[in-house]
Amino acid sequence: MAQKAIREYDAKSILAKHWNEYFPDFTYAYETVMVQNGSELKKATKGKTWIKDKALVAKPDMLFGKRGKNDLVLFKDVKPGDVSLSKAISWIDEKSSNEQSVFFSFDGDTPTGEAKVDMLTHFVVEPFTPHKQEEEYYISATVIGDNDVLYMSAEGGMEVEEAWDEKVTELTFLITDSEEEISKKIKANIPKDIVKANKVAYAEFAIGFFRAYRELNFSYLEINPFIMQGKKIELLDMVAKLDDTAGFMMVEEWGDIEYPTAFGMEAKSPEVIAIEEADAKTGASLKLTLLKPEARIWTMVAGGGASVVYADTIADLAGIEDLANYGEYSGGPTTGETKFYAEILLDLMTRKKDAMGREKIMIIGGAIANFTDVAKTFTGIIQAFENYAEKMLEVGIKIYVRRGGPNYEKGLRDIKEAADRLGLYIEVYGPQTHVTDIVRMALAK
Amino acid sequence: MAQLFTRDTQAIFWNNNKTAIQRMLDYDYTIKREKPSVVAIVAPTSGNKFDKFFYGPDEVMIPLFKTTSDAKAAQPQADVLLNFASFRTAYDVTMEALNIGGFSSIMITAEGIPERLARGMNEYARSKNVTVIGPATVGAIAPGAFKIANIGGTIENIVQSKLHRAGSCGLVTRSGGLFNEISNIISINADGIAEGVAIGGDRFVGSVFIDNLLRMQANHEVKYMLLLGEVGGTEEYKVIEAIKDGKLTKPIIAWCIGTIAKHYDSGVQFGHAGASANDDKETAESKNDAMRLAGIHVPGSFNDLPEIISAVYHDLHAQGKIEDTKEPSLNLVPKSRRSKEFICTISDERGEEAHYCGYPISSVATPDTGFTIGDVMSILWFKKRYPRWAVDFLETVLKTVADHGPAVSGAHNAKVTARAGKDVISSLIAGLLTIGPRFGGAIDGAAKYFKYANDKNLSPKEFLAYMKKEGIPIPGIGHRIKSLKNPDLRVESLKKFAKEYFPSTPLLDYALTVEQLITSKKENLILNVDGTIGILMIDMWRSLSYKDEEIDVFIDAGALNAFFILGRSIGFIGHILDEKRLAMPMYRHSMDDILYDVQKAEEL
Repeated sequence: MAQKAIREYDAKSILAKHWNEYFPDFTYAYETVMVQNGSELKKATKGKTWIKDKALVAKPDMLFGKRGKNDLVLFKDVKPGDVSLSKAISWIDEKSSNEQSVFFSFDGDTPTGEAKVDMLTHFVVEPFTPHKQEEEYYISATVIGDNDVLYMSAEGGMEVEEAWDEKVTELTFLITDSEEEISKKIKANIPKDIVKANKVAYAEFAIGFFRAYRELNFSYLEINPFIMQGKKIELLDMVAKLDDTAGFMMVEEWGDIEYPTAFGMEAKSPEVIAIEEADAKTGASLKLTLLKPEARIWTMVAGGGASVVYADTIADLAGIEDLANYGEYSGGPTTGETKFYAEILLDLMTRKKDAMGREKIMIIGGAIANFTDVAKTFTGIIQAFENYAEKMLEVGIKIYVRRGGPNYEKGLRDIKEAADRLGLYIEVYGPQTHVTDIVRMALAK
Repeated sequence: MAQLFTRDTQAIFWNNNKTAIQRMLDYDYTIKREKPSVVAIVAPTSGNKFDKFFYGPDEVMIPLFKTTSDAKAAQPQADVLLNFASFRTAYDVTMEALNIGGFSSIMITAEGIPERLARGMNEYARSKNVTVIGPATVGAIAPGAFKIANIGGTIENIVQSKLHRAGSCGLVTRSGGLFNEISNIISINADGIAEGVAIGGDRFVGSVFIDNLLRMQANHEVKYMLLLGEVGGTEEYKVIEAIKDGKLTKPIIAWCIGTIAKHYDSGVQFGHAGASANDDKETAESKNDAMRLAGIHVPGSFNDLPEIISAVYHDLHAQGKIEDTKEPSLNLVPKSRRSKEFICTISDERGEEAHYCGYPISSVATPDTGFTIGDVMSILWFKKRYPRWAVDFLETVLKTVADHGPAVSGAHNAKVTARAGKDVISSLIAGLLTIGPRFGGAIDGAAKYFKYANDKNLSPKEFLAYMKKEGIPIPGIGHRIKSLKNPDLRVESLKKFAKEYFPSTPLLDYALTVEQLITSKKENLILNVDGTIGILMIDMWRSLSYKDEEIDVFIDAGALNAFFILGRSIGFIGHILDEKRLAMPMYRHSMDDILYDVQKAEEL
């Protein structure tokens, strides 16, 4: 997955770090802190006197928007712009002490869809910036299809979101466009609503913004709104995604960046984290997503494409209620890596019996491999069987294997022999059997 | 270009991925290609010049190069680059190849090239009319002609899936893992594929479905096409557009995998980086429906794919649009092969008669063959038969250096050893062991430094300054007694021969200007016989059109000193036989001739 969302605080920090490179004629105070609770905010006052001296704004920094409509932006105690440090501390402590409901979409001010419930763990705190409505602007950039698109508007905040088509100027750029072509096009297309006196400054800011978006490898970057008061810029609200495949080139530029899980998403289980760590260390590919750990069908499928096809087929023939996981191992993992992966699945799978007393099904599937040595990877699975045989027998598991590729005859023979020796139920098929047919067979019984 | 690859397609492989290259050569051998499909390997960090691979039961050597440009210069006909660099370098390697030019397609295997770089790279390739396959792909295949790396898997699977000869389906998939599977299904339900491409799993890949399908539309071997797409992206809609525009008229079978994605929110990524539905249009279901509506053959589920392939194929076959395929005869790759420990490229004693570089010994041995010892040297040492003037020069050198009297260190050593009662070989070796930087070694040194100075266009003055800085006396310059006025006649005759018979002698001419400058300082600093031989060897090789790199290899290998070793062995053996004939007693050096200055060893 190449495009990953980052926190607003990190997005601002990246821009601040490179501010003079992209916005040499503008100033940005970069007065912002991220805290997890009130006492962290108190500690942060050391060296950042503005936290004590200025009126504050606080809001959660957890990848979701519509914070105002969810009543999760603290900007007034009695009246706007009067939030003191102590008020901010108590508000953060209050909001982070118990689960909060957040709606992700609204129709006007009425929430639509279901709310997600989760703890608020990260807050961003900044000075309250008094400004006039007409000093607010909008700008964003992203990739659409093969091109970059820049969106500009004279108005920021809710106004732009609710009247997108009328208020936003959209510019599309080819990847091959030169710096000069880009600048020229932006200058020629500054939104009409921007007052004449500010057009040049806006264009200059937009050119720098779009260059930062490209050169710093953002895949999405939005400031809504930013405030432009002469040469002074304030970034009130930002949303950003990075192209994480560029991470190896951007170590310096991005600094220490974290990709948080979305609010309301279940935290990653230790098993998933363990697989991710193993994946990061190997040239092979190990992926695991837990969909419904109490379900009865588990898949251990080799190959990205094949894993999708198995998931499709299980959804078609059994329904997603029965599908416990999704994942794949591929790219020639070692015997040890395959064993590790298989043991994590077997561990999860043998924790509980099926609620309805049925036998569980393990699909060890895969297409015809290009270069992965089937016998070698199956040796890893066999070793995992040996360690988990007792538990597998206790829970009741039927194993269905289908695989082809280098050394598949030996792999199939070995796994059948091992399962028989351990008293496990197993059916084994090679490339003559249609790749997903074992799903049908498993469900037919 | 209607066909991606032909039976003559040759590739440069970036990164010495031995298994993948071996798979390609096994494929070549199996389908009886005339020439191997991999002709050069770019291995920037390897110190080796070549690597060995099996070609059927035998072994072949594939040259290794440090850079793509070197490989391309050596194998200009190779117009496919198989870029197996990591995600960190794959972009640079591709861009470099695009700038070098002469590639018609570039395959990139790395997964996770930064998106902005991948987009730029893909566009640049497009502007240069180069087909990019990947990134994040296992490659492509034109059955019976050319196969990239690991695609198709093992040779057994290739034959089983009928990927060893052209069928009639054009196959395009995103997934590389499923490519084999679909090939297998097509071989079971139809007659195999005519061309297949796995376009790659990254979000931004070079050639997309439509690029490949349009090429296949123009390829007469392709009678129908199969597209295996994935949830995410809108590339399938371009195919639909092309059908509506009448650009694609051959029957198309298609299926998008990832129908399950609709059950989960966007947090779950099914499949590749490119596989994530950003809106309804991009779901597998919508794409399958849209394609079905456009007249594409879309099965009800992946499980039904075999039936629909069979139906389309048999329909075309019944209409006579697809003819029965002939099964070609195949070579069988041996199950067990052993790599050879030694390599020989100069002679071969197998068969009726031993050969020197392709010449039976009887065809070079006797005078009537017209071969002299110089001819034999040229073919055994340099694997080429030299023209007469060069052969004569080699012999002149041998004759010139054959002996220089009994007092030189080598001859003296040989004589002392022979007088100790040792045999010819021991005595000869004792003599030869003195040959080195101080005795005979000046030939190599002269060749090396004069060539360097000449290559760098140093004036004689600059050359002298350079050698002074290096702190080395100029090799090949200086004689104990000879001078300009009292020239060394051996040198004079070598120079005369060269002037008369060499096509040109630029390095000698240069050396003589150097000689002029130094002799003005000291009379006896003349170009000596070692220097003349070394310098003329370079002139000879240049006249014979050797490249500078090849000449440097000769110098580094010590080929120049070899002339001295061989020539002087004649003289040494003469001295040894002389001693045996004279039956001289054991030699003991006179104590009067030794300065004794021995102190008691200090105790520590």
